[in-house]
Amino acid sequence: MQVPAAFQYRKATSVEHALMLLAEYGPESMVVAGGHSLLPMMKLRLAHPEALVDINDLAELAGVRVEGGELVVGAMTRHADLLASAEAGRHFPILHDAERVIADPIVRNRGTVGGSLCQADPSEDLSAVFAALRAMVVIHGPSGARTVAARDFFVSPYETVVASGELLAEIRVPLRPSVSAYVKVDRRAGDWAVGAAGAVLSTADGVVTEAGIGLTALGAPRFVAEEAEDFLTGGPPTEERFVEAGRIAARHCRPVADQRGPVDYKRHLAGELVTRALRRAMGPV
Amino acid sequence: MQIMVTVNGKEYVRDVEPRMLLVHFLRDDLELTGTHWGCDTSNCGVCVVHLDDVPVKSCTVLAVMADGHDVRTVEGLAHGPELDPVQEGFVACHGLQCGFCTPGMMMTARWLLDNDPDPSEEDIREALSGQLCRCTGYENIVRSIRWAAEKEAL
Repeated sequence: MQVPAAFQYRKATSVEHALMLLAEYGPESMVVAGGHSLLPMMKLRLAHPEALVDINDLAELAGVRVEGGELVVGAMTRHADLLASAEAGRHFPILHDAERVIADPIVRNRGTVGGSLCQADPSEDLSAVFAALRAMVVIHGPSGARTVAARDFFVSPYETVVASGELLAEIRVPLRPSVSAYVKVDRRAGDWAVGAAGAVLSTADGVVTEAGIGLTALGAPRFVAEEAEDFLTGGPPTEERFVEAGRIAARHCRPVADQRGPVDYKRHLAGELVTRALRRAMGPV
Repeated sequence: MQIMVTVNGKEYVRDVEPRMLLVHFLRDDLELTGTHWGCDTSNCGVCVVHLDDVPVKSCTVLAVMADGHDVRTVEGLAHGPELDPVQEGFVACHGLQCGFCTPGMMMTARWLLDNDPDPSEEDIREALSGQLCRCTGYENIVRSIRWAAEKEAL
C-alpha cells in the first residue's frame, strides 16, 4: 500500500491566507492543488513536505478569461476546464491540442494547469506549450506579485523560479493573430510523451513575424527550440522551411535515452514533430 | 483532523489523518467496499468515484480534500431496489468478467451519460481511456454503456 508520510494539512480560504500559511509553515511546506503530481511523488517519498497548503477552494485562481488583451488561465484551472474553454481553443488551438492528450479524462478532471507547470516534469506538456506561446506567469509572494516569462519559469527538471513562500497565481498569454498546434507521440493512451512539439506562428504579408516552437521530453533548454524559431522568423511559412526548422530543432535538442526510446530515435522524433506541428498549425494549404 | 463528508447522500463525520487517501477512507472507515483499490498510481481507474458530480481517481485525492464535499460511490448508483440503467446494461451485455474494474467503469459511464446522453462508441472509449480492464472485456463494457444510453432514451 502506498501512502504519503505524515504531514500537516491546512485549507487556504484566499490567496492571502495561502501565503500566510506558507509563511507560517516555512520552507518545508508545499502547495497542493489537484495533487495528481504531488501525491504520487509523496507516496514514493520523492517529495516529503511537512505541511500541505490546499488551494482547491480558491475560486479566484480557477477559470479561463480574456482580460486586457490577454488570455488569463488561473493556476487552479483544471485541465478539463481549459479543454472545455471555447475562448482558449479559438485563440490558441495549441492549448486544446495539448489538453486532449494530457493523461486521461478522469485525471484531467482533477489535475490543474498551475500544478503541472510547478511540477516542471521534463515530460509535462504545458511547459512547452506556454513557452511556445511566450506566456507570462504571475507569482504571488509575501512582498506582492511578480511576473516572469514562461521561458524563464523553469530552472531545471522539477524546479521552477517559484520560491518557498510563493504561489503561482495565473498564466497570461498576449492575444495576437496566430496559428498554433501541438503534436505528441506516446506509447499508449494517456501516457507521458516520448516526444512532443508545439508550434505558434504569426505572419504578415507572407512572412513569419513570430515563431514559437516548444519541445516536450526532448531535452530542449527552457522547453523551446530557439534556433528553429530564429530560422523561421522573417521567411515565408513554406513546407521546405518547416522541414528545415525541424532539422535545426533536432540538431539542437539534447534528448536522453530511457525506457521510451534511445537518443537517435528521439532526435529524429524532434525534427519530425516540429515539422508536423508547423504543418498542422498552418492548416491545409 | 475532523472531516464531514456527504457520501451517497448521507453525512459522515470522522477523524482522519491528513495523509489518508479518499479510497481508504471510503473502504476502511466507512466500509463502503464497492469502490475498489487497484494500482495506487492513478493509472487503472478502479477507484473512480464522483466528487461533487465529477469522476476522480480516489487513490490520488486526500480524504481531507473531500471535507465539506459530496461523494458518490458505486453503492449510490442504484435507486433503492431499482438498478441504475448503467448497472442494468452491464448485466444485460455481460459487461463484467472478474468485476474488479466494474465500479470505476460504471461511475465514469454514469458521468458520461449525464453529460452526453447519446455518446458514440468512440466517445465511450475516450471517456474510459484512463481505466483498465485486465480481463480485456472492453467490447462488452462499451456495449453495456450504449445499452444504458438507449434505455434512457426510451
